[in-house]
Amino acid sequence: MIGVISYLVFFATVASILAIAVLGLNLHWGYTGLFNGGVVAFFGAGAYGTLMLGGAPQPHLGGFEWPWIFALIGGVAAAAVLAWIVGLLTLRLRHDYLAIATFGVAVAFENTMRNAQGFAGGAQGIRGFERPFREFAGNGLGWNLLYLALVLVALVATYLFLERLARAPFGRLLRAIREDEEAARSLGKSPARIRLTSFVTGSAIMGLAGGLYGTFYAFVSPQDVLPILTFQIWAMLIVGGAGNNRGAVAGAFLIWGAWTASGWGLSRFAPVDWQLYAGSIQWVLIGSVIVGMLMWRPEGLFPERVGEDRPQTGRTT
Amino acid sequence: MRGSVAEALGIVGLTRRFGALRAVDGVDLSVERGTMTGLIGPNGAGKSTLFNLLTGTLRPDAGTVTLMGQDVTRMRPEARFAAGLGRTFQIPRPFARMSVLDNVMTAPTAQLGERLWGPFLRPRAVAAQEARLRARAMEVLDFVTLAPLAQHPAGKLSGGQTKLLELARVLMGEPSVILLDEPAAGVNPALTELLIGKIEELNRGGTTFVIIEHDMDLVMRHCAPIVALAEGRVVFQGSAAEAQSNQVLIDAYLGGVHA
Repeated sequence: MIGVISYLVFFATVASILAIAVLGLNLHWGYTGLFNGGVVAFFGAGAYGTLMLGGAPQPHLGGFEWPWIFALIGGVAAAAVLAWIVGLLTLRLRHDYLAIATFGVAVAFENTMRNAQGFAGGAQGIRGFERPFREFAGNGLGWNLLYLALVLVALVATYLFLERLARAPFGRLLRAIREDEEAARSLGKSPARIRLTSFVTGSAIMGLAGGLYGTFYAFVSPQDVLPILTFQIWAMLIVGGAGNNRGAVAGAFLIWGAWTASGWGLSRFAPVDWQLYAGSIQWVLIGSVIVGMLMWRPEGLFPERVGEDRPQTGRTT
Repeated sequence: MRGSVAEALGIVGLTRRFGALRAVDGVDLSVERGTMTGLIGPNGAGKSTLFNLLTGTLRPDAGTVTLMGQDVTRMRPEARFAAGLGRTFQIPRPFARMSVLDNVMTAPTAQLGERLWGPFLRPRAVAAQEARLRARAMEVLDFVTLAPLAQHPAGKLSGGQTKLLELARVLMGEPSVILLDEPAAGVNPALTELLIGKIEELNRGGTTFVIIEHDMDLVMRHCAPIVALAEGRVVFQGSAAEAQSNQVLIDAYLGGVHA
């Protein structure tokens, strides 16, 4: 029983962290139409930033032993700064070109982390991170529950922040730029500036998810910033429903559940000679989910609501 | 620099080339305030290119543009809207996956809540501004007869309704000059009459219009003066009566119709 509970706590923690990253992507794609193909770069900047600032002294750069919350804020800032630089360089690109450029940034990020031994620990990654509140909550289920609570607070705060933004004139402006940039310009809007603001904000949210993820495992390595994570986060948004924050969160739990279940099912029921390919089969599954969803229900399980999500005005339909 | 007080748009020597083609070739044109200028000419005459030069979407190779006496030649499109120049598009560009009301409320510039932190730092000021904008937007929608469709997705409107929506969006900026690119194209006759009626009402209120239109009957009945472009140049400027008796114009454009 304890085993089941601790597994559920573990599952909910990871799913909630990923949900935060999906919310960040929803700001990019769902609201602004920015095709960010390099989610892991910003997620990774948050994770690496947090562990380098908050970790114990290391042979490589980092290990400044900052208090956890400041290290986490530093990780978010690292993701924001990276996004600002990448944004200035690439945001003039449109759609698939932006996706290719940001995908390249993510691959470059992973390779830098893997090879820059003196900077971020190279292939071994960064260990030796003191998890927060250990002296208070121990190291077992108690800590896991406390940390789940913290992650849920972060998820709810992010959700409320984005919902407020989405309903504000800022959200309306993002959608206008997503729909038709030239029309928005003809109405006095400056798409370049707004796109950059959205890109940096969404990436900072991905950085928050990365920082929480690194804290949870007290470890981050180049294996955590592989392109598969970008695809998983995209699958979550597409299945949940781009342009709908509730859909983004639901998609994260659904896809992470399906991913975990398929891994477990394959290891348990697949013939032994298939086991070797379990990882690849999961890749195929996630790809099929994205393609199937785009073909048969491109608006996702929770479609964006147009017109009626404003309780202040009466419906006339 | 010319630029009389009575001039809404002053266009001097405006030129734009695409490779070897001179799409707009040294156009001089003075649009007087309060007029409804009809801009005609065959396909490829440079009418839409001229509009794009006026709104700043395209940069001219030579020449200047003044708006209400102010030189806007180097201004970006978004700044020109704030300076009082509105435009609609030949192929309408609604924000399709947004409600009609949201389309219209997007338009005004300098909204507090359009800044990232606005809704969090100054929630009351933003809410008050939103309430004012909503009331104004409903007035404008009422004027263009779209008020009952305020909560509809703009992408579901008919072609004519979309033209009305574009006009409503532009009106939110309270522009002094409005450029309309083929307002009657693809719109049923009843809705065209409504649209033209609204435009004339605004024109009587002092708004200057420049209208690209292929419906000659409509242009002759409603526009004065009429300006004809051919191969990037102004080949005629005058009243409807003069246009119908002008040999150059008949050769360049009306010829095909009358022959």
